[in-house]
Amino acid sequence: MYAFTYHKPTSARQAATLLAKKEDAKLLAGGHTLLPTMKQRLAAPSALVDLGACADLKGIAVKGRNVVIGAMTTHAEVAASPEVQAAIPALAYLAGHIGDPHVRHRGTIGGSVANNDPAADYPAALLALGATVVTNKRKLSAEEFFTGLYETALDEGEIVTRVSFPVVSRAGYAKFRNPASRYAMVGVFVAKRGGEVRVAVTGAGEGGVFRWPEAEAALKARFAVKSLDGLKHTADGINGDIHADPEYRAHLIGVMAKQAVAQATGK
Amino acid sequence: MTTVSLTVNGRAVTAAIDPRTLLVQFLRENLRLTGTHVGCDTSQCGACVVHLDGKAVKSCTTLAVAVDGSSVTTIEGLASGDALHPMQEAFREHHGLQCGFCTPGMIMSAVDMVNRRGHHLDEKTIREDLDGNICRCTGYHNIVKAIAAGAEAMGRAGAPLRQAAE
Repeated sequence: MYAFTYHKPTSARQAATLLAKKEDAKLLAGGHTLLPTMKQRLAAPSALVDLGACADLKGIAVKGRNVVIGAMTTHAEVAASPEVQAAIPALAYLAGHIGDPHVRHRGTIGGSVANNDPAADYPAALLALGATVVTNKRKLSAEEFFTGLYETALDEGEIVTRVSFPVVSRAGYAKFRNPASRYAMVGVFVAKRGGEVRVAVTGAGEGGVFRWPEAEAALKARFAVKSLDGLKHTADGINGDIHADPEYRAHLIGVMAKQAVAQATGK
Repeated sequence: MTTVSLTVNGRAVTAAIDPRTLLVQFLRENLRLTGTHVGCDTSQCGACVVHLDGKAVKSCTTLAVAVDGSSVTTIEGLASGDALHPMQEAFREHHGLQCGFCTPGMIMSAVDMVNRRGHHLDEKTIREDLDGNICRCTGYHNIVKAIAAGAEAMGRAGAPLRQAAE
C-alpha cells in the first residue's frame, strides 16, 4: 500500500477536526474493507484517522424502545450482546453471520454502513427495521442514508457515530452466502412493527440494498411463510456476476424471504 | 516513522515502524516470529490468525500501529518450553495437517473457539467456526477431529490449574 500519515484521536469530535484538517484523509474503523483496498492500491488516502480509540463511539444501550449501537462496536460484540439478543434477536443473528469469527472481531457496524457494500448484511437490517443513522452532524433514516452502490448520504467530514434500531415485534434474516467471501449473494431481512411490514434485500440489487414492496404487501395481509407462495421477484435491476446470474439471484430473493419469515415466526 | 509498543507472547517490544506496516509484517519481519503465515493476503484464508487481546484476528488485515499497547499471542506463544499446547498435541495426534502451511492459523483459531465456546465442541460448531480458515490439503476432516479432541484436552489440562489457583 502507499504511504500515509496515521492519526489516532480519542473522541469523535477530535476525529472530525482531523478529518477536516487533513486533505484526502480517510476514517479507519475495523479496516476490513479499507485495508484490503489499500493493499491493492485501489485506495490511497494520504492520512488515516483511526477511530479505534474513540470511546464515545463504542457500546450498546437500550434506550426506551430502541437499541442504540455505537459505530465502533464490532460484529462479535453485537452478536454476543444479551441486550440485542433479547430485543432484536434477528439483528444479533445477522451480526453473528457476517464474514467469519476473525472478521467479526474487528469489523464494525459503523464501517459497514458507511461503506454500503451492495453485498453487506447490515444495510438490509437497517432498512427493514427502519433504523436511524446518527452522525456527528444529524440524524438520517436508513432510506435517506443508503443512496446507491457504495454510496451514502454522508458529507465530506461527516462521521457515523451510532445506529438506533427500533424494537420490532418480529424479525428474521436469511442469507445465501458466497462460500468464499461469505458476503451475501442474496440476503433478506424481514421485520414486522405494529401493522407495518418491511422486507429489505441485500446482495442482489444493482444499486445496493432495496425494499420488496410486493412481499411487504403480502406479509402485511398475513405474516406467514405461505403468504409468499407464488411470489417472484423480477430479474430486472438484479446483479449478475460469475457467482450467479440475475435470474438465479431473483429466485434466491423469494427463497431467502421465506426463510427469513420462517425465522421471524419460529416456524 | 511512528513508535509502536506491544506485548508479544508475554514479552514487551517497542519499535519504530512505517505506519503502513501490517501486524503480520511486524511479527514476521521485525520480531522474526515466522510461525504466523501470509497465505492469501486478502483476509480470507486465516493462515495469519493471531490473538489480539485474547481474540482471534487476521494479522494481514490489521495495522501494527493501530494495535499499539495491545497484547498479541502468536503460535510461538502457545507451547511452554518443549511441552506442546494441548491443541498442538491434538493436531499431531490426529494428523490434523499435511503440508502444515495453514496449521498455525488453524490452531490459533481453534484455541479462540475454545475460549469463546468452551471445551465441548460438536462437529457442526467446529466446521462453522472454521469459516475463516482455509486448508488446501486435508479436506478438514482430521482438523475437525483434532479441534474436538484438543478442546477436551484443554479442559482437562485447565482443571488442575484452576484448582491450584483457588
